[in-house]
Amino acid sequence: MSKLLSVEHLSKHFLLSGGWFGPERRLDALTDINLSVEAGETLAIVGESGCGKTTLGRCIIAAQSTSEGRVVYHPTSGGDVELTALSKREIKPWRQDIRMIFQDPMSSLNPNMRVFDIVAEPLRIHRICKGRELEERVISTLEKVGIPAEAVGRYPHAFSGGQRQRIGIARALVLDPRLVIADEAVSALDVSIQAQVLNLLEDLKDEFGLTYIFISHDLGVVNYIADRVVVMYLGHVVENAPTEMLFEQPRHPYTELLLEALPIADPLRRKGRKKEVRGEIPYLGNRPAGCPFHTRCKYAEDVCRKDKPALRPINGTAQEAACHFAEKLELKGAYEDAPIGHGVEASLDASRRPHVHQSGGDGSTAEFARNLPE
Amino acid sequence: MAENPILTIKDMSVSFSSPDEADIEAVRQVDLTLTPGKTLALVGESGCGKSVTARAVLRLLDNNAEIRRGSIRFEPEGQAPTDIARLKPDSLPLRAIRGNQIAMIFQEPMSSLSPVHTIGDQIDEMMIIHEGLKPKAARERTVALLDQVGIPGARERADAYPFQLSGGLRQRAMIAMALACTPQILIADEPTTALDVTTQAQILDLLRQLQADFGMAMLFITHDLGVVAEIADEVAVMYLGDVVEQGSVYDVFARPSHPYTQALMNSIPKLARKADRVRLSPIKGTVPAPKDRPEGCAFTSRCPYAFEPCPTIRPAQTDVGNGHHARCHLLTRVPVEEPA
Repeated sequence: MSKLLSVEHLSKHFLLSGGWFGPERRLDALTDINLSVEAGETLAIVGESGCGKTTLGRCIIAAQSTSEGRVVYHPTSGGDVELTALSKREIKPWRQDIRMIFQDPMSSLNPNMRVFDIVAEPLRIHRICKGRELEERVISTLEKVGIPAEAVGRYPHAFSGGQRQRIGIARALVLDPRLVIADEAVSALDVSIQAQVLNLLEDLKDEFGLTYIFISHDLGVVNYIADRVVVMYLGHVVENAPTEMLFEQPRHPYTELLLEALPIADPLRRKGRKKEVRGEIPYLGNRPAGCPFHTRCKYAEDVCRKDKPALRPINGTAQEAACHFAEKLELKGAYEDAPIGHGVEASLDASRRPHVHQSGGDGSTAEFARNLPE
Repeated sequence: MAENPILTIKDMSVSFSSPDEADIEAVRQVDLTLTPGKTLALVGESGCGKSVTARAVLRLLDNNAEIRRGSIRFEPEGQAPTDIARLKPDSLPLRAIRGNQIAMIFQEPMSSLSPVHTIGDQIDEMMIIHEGLKPKAARERTVALLDQVGIPGARERADAYPFQLSGGLRQRAMIAMALACTPQILIADEPTTALDVTTQAQILDLLRQLQADFGMAMLFITHDLGVVAEIADEVAVMYLGDVVEQGSVYDVFARPSHPYTQALMNSIPKLARKADRVRLSPIKGTVPAPKDRPEGCAFTSRCPYAFEPCPTIRPAQTDVGNGHHARCHLLTRVPVEEPA
């Protein structure tokens, strides 16, 4: 695998007006972010609201100016392109390669444009094709995402949320991009529709050889779709690891907290005791000194309040964490092989564990019957 | 602890009328029972009628909505039963129940709290109106309540306006308000959907603990099966206005008996290692509009197992054991068939 994109020492701060006479206040949305995206992988960025994950996505696509650091894109043609150093005009051709899918399918499509024009617009702007060819390309892209050709003359309001998200995906894919940034692309959808869109994203990835940056707050979805996970907290990357390692054994207490908080759709694994989830994410404007997480961390010691830990590989593995005690702590992962039984749950034997058929199946009634109680 | 139900909804239907369109039956058939100290989770996708059901219980529906059929029997201990469906939405007997004996928590705390009154004033008002407390006494109880729901510095925070609080604290204030008159039933309509996972976990813990303290019955509305598994004792699954399956949370998750419930469970990614990863099997198509709902089972158009009686005949409620029941023709189908 080769590197597709690198983010080096990226910082972004916003200046807030302090009122008429007050001094301007500085809000550090991103602090010294370093990460790289390999071609063909799905990199997830997770964290609570306000942690800077959307800002990071917007900085990568240069929809937002950056304060410090660089975002470097490595195109197939070779060479490095420093996206953060380019002017608006210079960056335009690279916008074909890096595309974005937005969260809210209701507000990210222009209600006054027909679906055909929404998807054709990027082709027209980049002057890629016109006439017959444009038409064919738009329609074939829409069909790939599951929007029938008859529907291209309609306006967005005539489509359901899931279909609108498909249109947003088609608009991103019509330029044949290499990197797609999906910012909470499935969060606004109902579970059954969310599953359709997740499957679609996977199929398209295989078909077009895409790379995804998948920004999400839903760790269940992230575990399903991502190859690698970056955990952010208050504008810092606190952990960066292959998905399975991260869920197996997190190395940062914040990751452990997120995994602990994750509700799992299995009542047998319900945690009878109180979850150890403490505190709330502090306001970015008064970020604590030292480790940004120390105010909520149950393992915090004096050093955490003074020194900010750097992101570093843990025990020479591909797992990186920014915690002074990353090697020492035995943190809890999210995979559990057996339910923690107690009370009623303990009395249920294995045969009563959830058994839901998983394959697509042939849809026969016989198959249905297998899932029924005797 | 076999207690009598405190609220029984029987065969309720709610229709919305509009001047230039046919009436829409948003809730077609709902039967639910709430028991003190227990949590019933009502789960379903957007538009299935779960919020309408909850609002119907408090008669908070819009003016163009009407409960066409069925009853909502509220029978608190030591009190004569009342059929809420028969009361007028703005009548005194109903106002004595709403907010007092049955309270509600809404999804978006920012839009359901008054932005121009302090948290304390809003909670005081409840006790002043329903229990006739003096303002001073009411404030004392408010502070105690805010403390109980885990708001640090409760006495000072009582003077805060909603915008001065974080999402999690606002939702806690909302819960304190709902508990102000120690209700026997708490209806929570997606109380954690707008919150981050960590805050959500805290709020769920809080609700569980408050339920243990106050012993109230809870109707918990959500679309998140993970949250259901965490908090519910009983689950009712709704699809397009019908309760299609109902039972104890362990039974429903262990043996989902309605194709919709099964499909819903297959739509959420399991928290598994890559080796055990299974591709999601989503439900085909989308939820039809209520006007296109088949006369029979509402799920017919998306059901992989649909057969002859499904579009026309409403499936009866079939018991699959242990009080767990579902509405599906497959459950009553005679197994010997498949004609040559």
